[in-house]
Amino acid sequence: MHIVTFTRSTPDTAAKVEVDGNGAVSWGDAATVVNPWDEYSLEEAIRQATNVKGDTTVIAVGGDLHNDSLKHSLAMGVKNAVRVNADGLDMTDSLQWASLAAAAVNNIDDCQLVIFGKEHVDVGSDQVTYQTARKLGWTMLSYVSEILELDAEGGTIKVEKTVEQGKQILTAKLPVVISVLKGINEPRYPSFIGIRKASKATIPEWTPADLGIELPASSITHDAYNNPPPRDITSEIIEGETIEEKAAQLVDKLLEEKVL
Amino acid sequence: MSVFVFVETFDGSANAVSWEALGAAKTVADAFGTDITAVVFGKNAAAVATQAGHYGADKAIVCDDATLETYRLEPYAALLTKLVEEQSPEAVIAVSTSQARELLAASAADTNSGLVTEAIELSAGDGSITVIRPAYAGKVLSQTTVSTPTRFVTLRGRSFLPNDPDEGFSVDVTTVDAAMNEDDIAVKIESFEAEVGKVNLGDAAIIVSGGRGMANNPKDAPADAEDAEIWKAKDGYENVIQPLADTLGAAVGASRAAVDAGYIPYEHQVGQTGKNVNPDLYIAAGISGAIQHQAGMRNSKIIVAINKDGEAPIFKLARYGIVGDLYQVLPILTEELKKRLGK
Ligand SMILES: Cc1cc2nc3c(=O)[nH]c(=O)nc-3n(C[C@H](O)[C@H](O)[C@H](O)COP(=O)(O)OP(=O)(O)OC[C@H]3O[C@@H](n4cnc5c(N)ncnc54)[C@H](O)[C@@H]3O)c2cc1C
Ligand SMILES: Nc1ncnc2c1ncn2[C@@H]1O[C@H](COP(=O)(O)O)[C@@H](O)[C@H]1O
Repeated sequence: MHIVTFTRSTPDTAAKVEVDGNGAVSWGDAATVVNPWDEYSLEEAIRQATNVKGDTTVIAVGGDLHNDSLKHSLAMGVKNAVRVNADGLDMTDSLQWASLAAAAVNNIDDCQLVIFGKEHVDVGSDQVTYQTARKLGWTMLSYVSEILELDAEGGTIKVEKTVEQGKQILTAKLPVVISVLKGINEPRYPSFIGIRKASKATIPEWTPADLGIELPASSITHDAYNNPPPRDITSEIIEGETIEEKAAQLVDKLLEEKVL
Repeated sequence: MSVFVFVETFDGSANAVSWEALGAAKTVADAFGTDITAVVFGKNAAAVATQAGHYGADKAIVCDDATLETYRLEPYAALLTKLVEEQSPEAVIAVSTSQARELLAASAADTNSGLVTEAIELSAGDGSITVIRPAYAGKVLSQTTVSTPTRFVTLRGRSFLPNDPDEGFSVDVTTVDAAMNEDDIAVKIESFEAEVGKVNLGDAAIIVSGGRGMANNPKDAPADAEDAEIWKAKDGYENVIQPLADTLGAAVGASRAAVDAGYIPYEHQVGQTGKNVNPDLYIAAGISGAIQHQAGMRNSKIIVAINKDGEAPIFKLARYGIVGDLYQVLPILTEELKKRLGK
């Protein structure tokens, strides 16, 4: 069985991200990192593939910015990496993104399991995960906190899923797309040898033509980015002789603010 | 040609956040000169539809089939997609819960419709819907327009006001059949373990969060405690944070440092790789205010910080701060609140 996982490069979570004079999002010369949620999906793909003696491929959809996260994935131990890109691709258009993603999965033999991280910290969206599953016509299992059983021969999977009200145990027939939560595993750090090998890897690029599809027409238009209005807060440190006095003052203020 | 609002149910009752979507849908329905249809699946769907009427739905489509009793994507998406194909609504709107996020994304993909998620502002006109949504963990705002024949929109919770309910309003209910048979659904629910008494961070009006500072509990850990630091922090959540949260009817949050150290389960984590929250009041105790924590809570209306380090970055974000030891301040604050709120 072949297990496919996705990743992307996102600005370091500590970076100052803002809209520059040209209306573009900029994070200065801060580094990009693997989308933090993907560390768990990459780790899970490697572990599951080891268990079922299968193969692994990591895919990034988008420009060459994403090669860094692909190389990080290779260094962690994913076997193959590929980047899918198209002229005119709007990264914020989830239907275009998912159509490319699904076509790429279909281009890989014997793939039965696709693993995504919970969401993308840059767009703050997980919609491509579900849309890729629908474009593939596969079952979607989201918010998986544990894979309890992956039976390649029997063609089934059993997982624990976290929902707002508690935890469910679900079984499904393969093929499936899953998204995994933080805490499903302890992601490994790439080894020194892994990093060295990955740095030399050339990453193949697939175009829609290679995949035998056309990029769908855009479904949204992205008008503008703006910096959020400055938060108009005056900070006030509550002073007082005793803690009791400070606590009483704080309660007065919170009652005045009508938030209690 | 109506505007669909997906009303979420759990175990026969509506998820009250759905009323926010009915509030927001009014703008869209008015702009398109049409009415609002609540779409309700699951147990008691008809009763929930009546309630949706009180909150502003003109019509409702309900399906109370056994396959839809507990939410699963396949049968829900199959039916929603069928309804969208048959009725070509102007828009499909829902509050962005984990369920609605995936359901609307799936159905938008099935029907090749544009989707915008996590809207915090919304306007409609000229055949399109334009939203403002946070991106890059709220560091920038993005403005996006969707103009496909059906426009899918999810709303960030607590960003739109529900209409005041009016029991005089009635709703015109249509009952439909499920779109899938149980035999054709690939996912089976083997078991479910409810977590009782859990206050959902996503829709909490007040949140009390503890961070790494929780480990500085002055109590001594018992000799047989496996790990003294974890014991102290857990004891703090139980006996200092929880009583304050109970007094305020608040949910309990945490920083990633506290979660990673094993003080409290991940479900409580607020921040870039945890939950995104926007309560009226957020109390941060023993939290330094790292940028990734801020990413999840900076939109709270009033932030209160309690930290023994007067230089902690959290004080720059906070409306009110008390510099002091949380283990001294919080119990006294809890007593004061009990007195003043008459509890
Ligand atoms: C990719 C990535 C994603 C991340 N995602 C998140 C996320 O989602 N959420 C998140 O929170 N963090 C996240 N972080 C981690 C973040 O950078 C910080 O490490 C974390 O928020 C720090 O938690 P803290 O404030 O509890 O701990 P610290 O920074 O150690 O702060 C503890 C504070 O407690 C105070 N204190 C100690 N004892 C007491 C006492 N007795 N009374 C009062 N005050 C006391 C100290 O003065 C200090 O300010 C992420 C980091 C990365 C790299
Ligand atoms: N339908 C959508 N799906 C994903 N992202 C979207 C969508 N609509 C708007 N966006 C925005 O797309 C931006 C992501 O840009 P990028 O980092 O270039 O992929 C974010 O600012 C999002 O707010």
